[in-house]
Amino acid sequence: MKIITLILITIFSIATLAADQPDAETIIRRVDENITPETRIATTSMVVHGRRGSRTIRSRSWIRGTEQAFTEYLAPPREAGTKMLKLGDELWIFSPATDRTIQISGHMLREPVMGSDLSYEDHMEDPQISGRYTPVIEGEETVMDRVCWVLYLTAKEDDVSYHYIRIWVDQERYLPLKEEWYGRGESLLKTLEVKEVMQVQERWFPKRMVVKDVLKDGDGTELIIEEIEFDADIPDHKFSRAALRD
Amino acid sequence: MLLFIIKGLFRDRSRSLFPLITVSIGVIVAVLMYSYISGLTQDIVETNANFSTGHVKIVSRAYAELIEQQPIDLALLDVDELLGEMGELYPDIRWTERIYFGGLIDLPDEAGDTKEQAFFGGIAANLRDPDSMEHELLNPAEYIVRGRMLENENELLLSDDLATTLKIEVDDEVTLISETMDGHLAFANFRVAGTVRFGVMALDRSALLAEIRDIRYMLDMEGAASELLGYMPEFDRDRADKLTADFNKTFSDQNNEFSPYMLSLLDHDNLRGLFNYTGQASTILIGIFVFIMSVVLWNAGLMNGIRRYGEIGVRLAIGENKFELYRVMIYEAALIGLAGTIIGTAIGLAFSYYWQNVGIDISGAMPEIGMMMSNVLRTRVTSGAYFIGFIPGLFATTLGAALAGRGIFKRNTAQLFKELEQ
Repeated sequence: MKIITLILITIFSIATLAADQPDAETIIRRVDENITPETRIATTSMVVHGRRGSRTIRSRSWIRGTEQAFTEYLAPPREAGTKMLKLGDELWIFSPATDRTIQISGHMLREPVMGSDLSYEDHMEDPQISGRYTPVIEGEETVMDRVCWVLYLTAKEDDVSYHYIRIWVDQERYLPLKEEWYGRGESLLKTLEVKEVMQVQERWFPKRMVVKDVLKDGDGTELIIEEIEFDADIPDHKFSRAALRD
Repeated sequence: MLLFIIKGLFRDRSRSLFPLITVSIGVIVAVLMYSYISGLTQDIVETNANFSTGHVKIVSRAYAELIEQQPIDLALLDVDELLGEMGELYPDIRWTERIYFGGLIDLPDEAGDTKEQAFFGGIAANLRDPDSMEHELLNPAEYIVRGRMLENENELLLSDDLATTLKIEVDDEVTLISETMDGHLAFANFRVAGTVRFGVMALDRSALLAEIRDIRYMLDMEGAASELLGYMPEFDRDRADKLTADFNKTFSDQNNEFSPYMLSLLDHDNLRGLFNYTGQASTILIGIFVFIMSVVLWNAGLMNGIRRYGEIGVRLAIGENKFELYRVMIYEAALIGLAGTIIGTAIGLAFSYYWQNVGIDISGAMPEIGMMMSNVLRTRVTSGAYFIGFIPGLFATTLGAALAGRGIFKRNTAQLFKELEQ
C-alpha cells in the first residue's frame, strides 16, 4: 500500500511539474512577443572585429513590426548619411556620395553588411520565429547564470536563411541568450551570444551581443544597443523610398 | 649499297608505298598533336600570366591563404617601397600592381533608382598611362568591341557580354558598389568608356577594367594593392620556383600574416599539375604512336615477307648471309621511315601553321573552370615540332621491319632449293 501511494505521489508530482512548464510552441511565441514590439527606435553601434583591426559603425533604426525598417548610418564619416530601407522582402540602400538609391537583391543579399558577420539577408529575415519553425525542447542549460530552455527549431519552409536554429531561452525573461544558426545540412553557419541584457519598460532585451560567422576569420561582430524605445510613434513617411533622400 | 636499296624501293613501289603512307599519316598526327599540346600550354600560361597570376606574384601571407577569394581586406600595403626593392633585386623582371575587386554594377533609371544590376569581377590596373606595361599584358585596346580606351577619371571598360545583358551602352553612367579595404560600403559612379571581349570565358562573363588610381580612391587603398605581378623576359618554371623560395626566405615572416609572400604562376589553379601532365602527355603520345605504327608496319613487313618469299629464298640460296639480308631489310625500312617522316612532318607543319593562325573557337563547349584559357584553341609550332615526328617515323618502321624480318632466320637453307623447285 505504501509503495502504491509513493508511486502515485511521484506520478502526480511529475504531472504537476510538466503542467508548469510551457510547451515549446508557447515558449517561442512568448519570445516573439518579448522581442518584437509594435515599433522600436534604436541607436546601435556595430563593432566589426577584422584581421586588420576593429571598426565601429553607428546607426539609428526605426522598425515597425517585422516588415518595415529604416536605418540611417551616423558614423564613421564614410558611412554617415547612408540609409537602408526594408519593406517586406525588398531592400534599398541610398548612397549620398553617388546620390543613388540602389536595390539590393539576389545573391547580394548574402553579402556581409559593412564587412560584418551579418548579411543583408540576416537584416531582412523576419525576427519572429513562431509560425516559421517547429520547436522541440532539448533540455535545460545555464547561460549567463540564467536557467534556459534549449530549443531546437526546424524550418517549416525552404525559403529561410537558416534551416535549423538552436536557441537558449531565459526561462524567466523569455529572452534568447544564445543562438546557433545552421544551414540545410545542419552545418553550423553563425552563432549569437548575448553578453549583456537590459530592461526597457516591461521588456527584457539584449544590450550587447556578439554574432560570429563561423566560416569567417576574425572575432565576430559586436552589436551594442545604446538606446532603445519601444512602441514609439513612427510616421508612415519614414518607411517610404522618399525618406531615403531626406 | 644505299643506292641499290633506294633503286629497289623505287622500282618495286608495292614494297614501299603502304609503309610510306602509314608513316606519313602517323607523323602528321604526331606533329599536329605535339603542336596542339604546345599551343594549349602556351595559351594557358600567357592568359593566366597576363590577366591573373604573372610569372610570379607577391601578396600578403594572409591573402595567399584565401587567394581564390581575392580578399581585398588582406591586400598589401606600402607597395611602392616593395616595388622599389624588387626593381633593385631583380632588374630583368618587370612588375605591375593590380587590385582585384568585386561587387555590384548598377544601372540607374531616369529617377536614379536601380534599373539593371549584376555582379562584376573587377581588375584595376595602370591603364590610363600610355607607357604602362598593362597595354601589353591586359591589352584592352585589342579587345575593344565598342567605345574607346580609358582617357578620363572614373571611366571603365566593361565586358561586352555583361553590357549586353544589362543593356548598358557606351557613355552610360553606372554605379559600382563594393567594399573598401576596411570593409566599409563603397559607392562610386563611373562612365562606361567602352566594352571589351577577351575571348576568355572566365573574364567575358563579368569582367570590368578600371584605372587603379580611381579604384584606390574608391576603396580607400592609397599605397595598397591586392597583388604585385612580376614578369620575366620569358617564363621559366625553374627560375620562378627558385625565385619564390629565395624571396619567401628573405622577405616573408611566418609570424606576420601581412608580410609579403611570393607565388609562382604554377602555384595557381593546379597549373603545376597541368604542366607536368602536358610534359608527360607528349611522351605518352609519341609512345602510343610508335606502338601502333610498329604493329601496323610489322604486319606490313610480314605481308611483304610473304610476297618476297621467293626473292629472299633465292638470295639466301645464292649465298647471301642471313644477317646481311636482315640488315638490308632494316635499312630499307629506315629509308622508308625517313622519307615518310619528312613528308609527314612537312604536311603536319603546314596544318599546324594553319591552325596556329586561324584557331578553333570552342567557346560553346568550354567547361566552367577557374583556370583562365582562351576560347580559341590554337596550335603553336615550336622547334620541337620539326623533330618530334622522327621518333615514331624512324623508330616504328625500323622496329616493324626488325620484327617481321625475323622470318629470315627461320628459313632452312637445305630446304630452299626444294621450295624453289615447287
